[in-house]
Amino acid sequence: MAYKEILEQLPYTSPFLFVDRIIHLDEDNAVGEYTFKKELDFYRGHFKDNPVTPGVILTECCAQIGLVCLGLYLIGKTKEYNSEGTGLTLSSSNMEFISPLYPGQKVKVISEKIYFRFNKLKCKVKMFSSKEELICKGEIAGFIKPMIE
Amino acid sequence: MEKQEYLEELKKIVQPYLPDDVLIEAMTANSHFINELNINSANLVDIVLDVEDTYDIVLENDDIEKMLTANDVIAIIESKKKL
Repeated sequence: MAYKEILEQLPYTSPFLFVDRIIHLDEDNAVGEYTFKKELDFYRGHFKDNPVTPGVILTECCAQIGLVCLGLYLIGKTKEYNSEGTGLTLSSSNMEFISPLYPGQKVKVISEKIYFRFNKLKCKVKMFSSKEELICKGEIAGFIKPMIE
Repeated sequence: MEKQEYLEELKKIVQPYLPDDVLIEAMTANSHFINELNINSANLVDIVLDVEDTYDIVLENDDIEKMLTANDVIAIIESKKKL
């Protein structure tokens, strides 16, 4: 499946889509990019007069690239795949936040599969700024399964 | 292996995935993982993977659907080991 098709299958849209581009996908890895534009609404409130990207949003960006894009790719490779869509549930995340990410920066998320068994995908994720600085890292898991009519 | 030995080993596997308010002492061979021990389906997958590693077996979707209690797990381990 082409990366473009994966992007089109993502069930998110603005203001909650945190993937601009998929750079690489294979059976074990995903790499993608997203630019946190200065205009994003949450910067008005996190924090007052001092915009910093919230940890939950960094986690969401890691999950969309590292877990969902990889999961859609993996499920597209299984024979169960059908075009009815995909059920997604985040089951756990264990993240460490290393450096603050200020508005206007492009980030790269790198994800490595730990396992994909019984519809549960667990990945190790890392997010880097455009200056190659580690922003956050951790483990994220969720269920990804084809909807069967 | 005796059933009691299996049960003690399974308790060690299950313990890290129990909710804080469920004590491992409460687990018997017939405790329902989800309904009685309150283990969620995400953690149940981790338990299944730990069972695979511990007993060097491979489990399929059909197997885990039948794994509702420790007794069920023991029966599946025994049947896989015979193969």
